[in-house]
Amino acid sequence: MSEGARRADVCAVAVAECFRGDGEILANPIGTIPMVGGRLARASFEPDLCMTDGEATLVANHEAFDLAPATKVVEYWNPYRSMFDWVWSGRRHIMMGATQVDRYGNQNIAAIGDWARPKAMLLGYRGAPGNTVNDTTSYWVPNHSPQVVCAAVDTVCGIGYDRAGALGESARFHEIRRVVTNLCVFDFETPDHRMRLRSVHPGVSVEEVRDKTEPELAVADSLHEVAPQV
Amino acid sequence: MTEDDVVAELADGMTVGIGGWGSRRKPMSMVRAILRSPLKDLTVVSYGGPDVGLLCAAGKVSRVVSAFVSLDSIPLEPHFRAARQQGRVVDEPWDEGMFLLGLQAAAWRVPFLPCRAGLGSDLFRDNSRLRTVRSPYDDGEELVAVPALVLDAALVHLNRGDARGNGQFLGPDLYFDDLFLSAAGKRFLSVERVVETADFAKEGSMHTQRVSRMMVDGLVEAPGGAHFTSCDPDYGRDEAFQRDYAASAKSPEAWAVFEEAWLDLDEADYQARRQASS
Repeated sequence: MSEGARRADVCAVAVAECFRGDGEILANPIGTIPMVGGRLARASFEPDLCMTDGEATLVANHEAFDLAPATKVVEYWNPYRSMFDWVWSGRRHIMMGATQVDRYGNQNIAAIGDWARPKAMLLGYRGAPGNTVNDTTSYWVPNHSPQVVCAAVDTVCGIGYDRAGALGESARFHEIRRVVTNLCVFDFETPDHRMRLRSVHPGVSVEEVRDKTEPELAVADSLHEVAPQV
Repeated sequence: MTEDDVVAELADGMTVGIGGWGSRRKPMSMVRAILRSPLKDLTVVSYGGPDVGLLCAAGKVSRVVSAFVSLDSIPLEPHFRAARQQGRVVDEPWDEGMFLLGLQAAAWRVPFLPCRAGLGSDLFRDNSRLRTVRSPYDDGEELVAVPALVLDAALVHLNRGDARGNGQFLGPDLYFDDLFLSAAGKRFLSVERVVETADFAKEGSMHTQRVSRMMVDGLVEAPGGAHFTSCDPDYGRDEAFQRDYAASAKSPEAWAVFEEAWLDLDEADYQARRQASS
């Protein structure tokens, strides 16, 4: 690990890498570390990305937070209605949270347990069904555990590769690119798009990831410990 | 008219759409008037925030139609969660984008509008209203037929309005307030301040005049009407009040204290009390 790099820095860099190659689209990371990572990608290797201020504008500023209104450089007025135009036209890569995510990338943020009377009501489906069937999607998991990276999610909000496969042509815009956790990075670059361990963060062992992952773990041949590079 | 006049136009079992988004620019003074009334068994259609939480906590709701319920700065709405986890309300889930098409379909008087959002997801397990439709064109693609979200009534709060019911939003986002009004049979608009029609131009550009009197049946002047949600640029969210509201979900006793302090009083007293306490 390079000197002074904390786990949060490593995660932000791993998030930034998710957006590599995206070009001139809306990078839409949600949450603190995803926001920092997205801004980092634009400030370094993906200068054409567009990014929101978390409210109703796309801003040119690289600072992720606490933008005083006077210092905000607005590129575009982006009310929610415009947001769905980006989503449905495919010009967006979102990074959402996941309370549960399974080996095919199915994601749950809606509820734990039976929908009619859930054990824990969470956010609801939000935009996850539309995001995943229309756009590239990645997930951020700040607390990697077998309950989160699990065998089967209770509610499929964002659809994974098995669901997309069953849809065929209708899911031609579907891509789950990465799952970044506090321990590692997963991708889906396997023949059947099953989740695969792509890299572990410095100081994390494959065994630790295996212990904290419920489904059987596929591991990339090229697996390595990744130090921050950007 | 007053908030109570609006409530007199509503009836048990109605489907009521509520504008705003999360804990932003919600027509809270009209929601408070519903809380004071004997209305019950409502279906609430909303990009949900404390409007949904309050109505659920007060037992006014039998069915919630929404893509989420959130207080924004407090991600999970505790009163809504309690109602769901105790099985007190039915939750018909939607995708956020689908929801706008449902309102648009109702506004355009068509039974559905197609989209891709929802395909393959458990929305088809949890929302029994949803169907798919096959494209009649050569592609033959199967899409979601988003059903029209027809509303019996819509409640919306904006920054400015005129006496005839034209409305103006001055904040960053109209959200889908025009669609809520357009999808409804009875349409009610509350505003921070009523101005002369000629004075809209002093308040903001013509691009902010997005609600026409053709969309509105009744107007309420309600300064502070969105409190404790945000109503930029007139005022931001009252975060301290929202935290107290959220904490009142902890126990029936805490809810009773909140109810007595903030709900068992008319709107004028509510506004006077909150100004005195801030």
